[in-house]
Amino acid sequence: MSARKIPAPPTNVENEDFWAACNEGRLMLPRCGDTGKFFWYPRKISPFTLSGNVETVEAAGTGEIYTYSVMRRSDPQYAIGYVRLDEGITMMTNFVDCDFDSLAVGMKVRLVFVEAEGGQKVPCFTPA
Amino acid sequence: MHTRGKAFIAGISEHPTRKAVDTSVAQLHAESARGALDDAGLSIEDVDAYYCAGDAPGLGPLSMVEYMGLRNVRHMDATDVGGSSYVLHVGHAAQAIAAGKCKVALITLAGRPRSEGMATGTAPRNYGDASPDVPFEFIYGPTVVNMYGMAARRHMHEFGTTSEQLAWIKVAASHHAQHNEHAMLRNVVTVDDVVNSPMISDPLHRLDCCVISDGGGAFVVVAPEVAASLKRDCVKVLGCGEAPKNLMSGQVDLTYTGARWSGPQAFEEAGVAPGDIDYASIYDSFTITVLETIEDLGFCEKGKGGAFVSDGNLIAGTGKLPFNTDGGGLCNNHPMNRGGLTKVLEAVRQLRDEAHPAVQVKDCQLALAHGTGGSLGTRMGSSTTILGRADA
Repeated sequence: MSARKIPAPPTNVENEDFWAACNEGRLMLPRCGDTGKFFWYPRKISPFTLSGNVETVEAAGTGEIYTYSVMRRSDPQYAIGYVRLDEGITMMTNFVDCDFDSLAVGMKVRLVFVEAEGGQKVPCFTPA
Repeated sequence: MHTRGKAFIAGISEHPTRKAVDTSVAQLHAESARGALDDAGLSIEDVDAYYCAGDAPGLGPLSMVEYMGLRNVRHMDATDVGGSSYVLHVGHAAQAIAAGKCKVALITLAGRPRSEGMATGTAPRNYGDASPDVPFEFIYGPTVVNMYGMAARRHMHEFGTTSEQLAWIKVAASHHAQHNEHAMLRNVVTVDDVVNSPMISDPLHRLDCCVISDGGGAFVVVAPEVAASLKRDCVKVLGCGEAPKNLMSGQVDLTYTGARWSGPQAFEEAGVAPGDIDYASIYDSFTITVLETIEDLGFCEKGKGGAFVSDGNLIAGTGKLPFNTDGGGLCNNHPMNRGGLTKVLEAVRQLRDEAHPAVQVKDCQLALAHGTGGSLGTRMGSSTTILGRADA
């Protein structure tokens, strides 16, 4: 079964650095420079202080499944979900290269990059 | 500013169509408006405020006020928080009336996703590339069903909620819909029917989902002196609340909704408690939407919604909390994929003793209507309004 092709993410001046890092195999997590707290999704304004003092830190690439749902009615099927990263934030993703019936809340997963339409690499997860 | 008792709902209308092949969106709005004004005994000359949301074509109120020939409008509100908009509009209209900005506010909703062949639940939604969340979500294929599926999965994980418990919500809606001649799904279903229907995006089955329908509706909110001048039974607006809820900068929790905040605002303003409510219209895009909302509004403890909705507890006549007696979005109608307005309509019918006799709540004094817009899986707008009889 061929996997669902991921569409190219729309990039803009705020997130182009994030996507460039993905193409180099790095998932860069935004962290508020004022409070030291990670946040998701990436932005150049801190949602904790509304300041532009935002730094980025490379993710360890490990976490566990917070929740997921397998889109049974699509062809091909795909698994969407949220991963709670070991850094303490939760991000939306796809689970790939696995038997969807084996997925479970709490399962340990690791980061993999999948090439989207047009060649951009996007962060996905697979069982660790 | 307290708005308790400072506004009344004087007229309602639910468009009877469920598939509007030969009617435009603007026509559906206007036909719904005419129905609500006729019901109230008012004319377009009386309307001095107009409210709509994202379903209105063109530039919202600017386009629709002109189309309908509303010549005396001096107040407008096009707040769009998805399907919950129209419940929120009740509160905004009551506030505007209490502030003296208007006396007769018309609210309309309409759309034709069914005729237009919209893949409402299963096609990934994209709210536009400029939406800052889209680059980090749309690529993963978020659809309406899998977003709510993720919420259901997490609720099951944390609280032990089961598919059979969720199914009871559809069963209750179907018991009510059998009496509604306009309902899309009039067959009474069982728990087995729901859990054996095709899996759309697990753990949600086809029968956990609402219908996709064309149609529309409208209602009129008026000042007390206008209500007193009308022959029609008017329903008093007692309390309203609204709140956004989202992914909270990455501290994601899909087990509750914004009703956690909109509900207490409405109850406090109305001066009543969940146990006082005789009838509840609860937004029902999916069974899980109802379950989480009932918990968040305080009808039961968090995590106990599964037990609460089971064994027919939502069925009029037998259950403790009769809900969505028109069949709701799950069985009757979900015009333009926005179910908030019809929630207000059935609450008004119940308070006027005009629900179908088979589902009319005896001596219905207090009703609640709740809307959920956007998505349980990401960001949502929640709105609650509490209504009472004119003498409440």
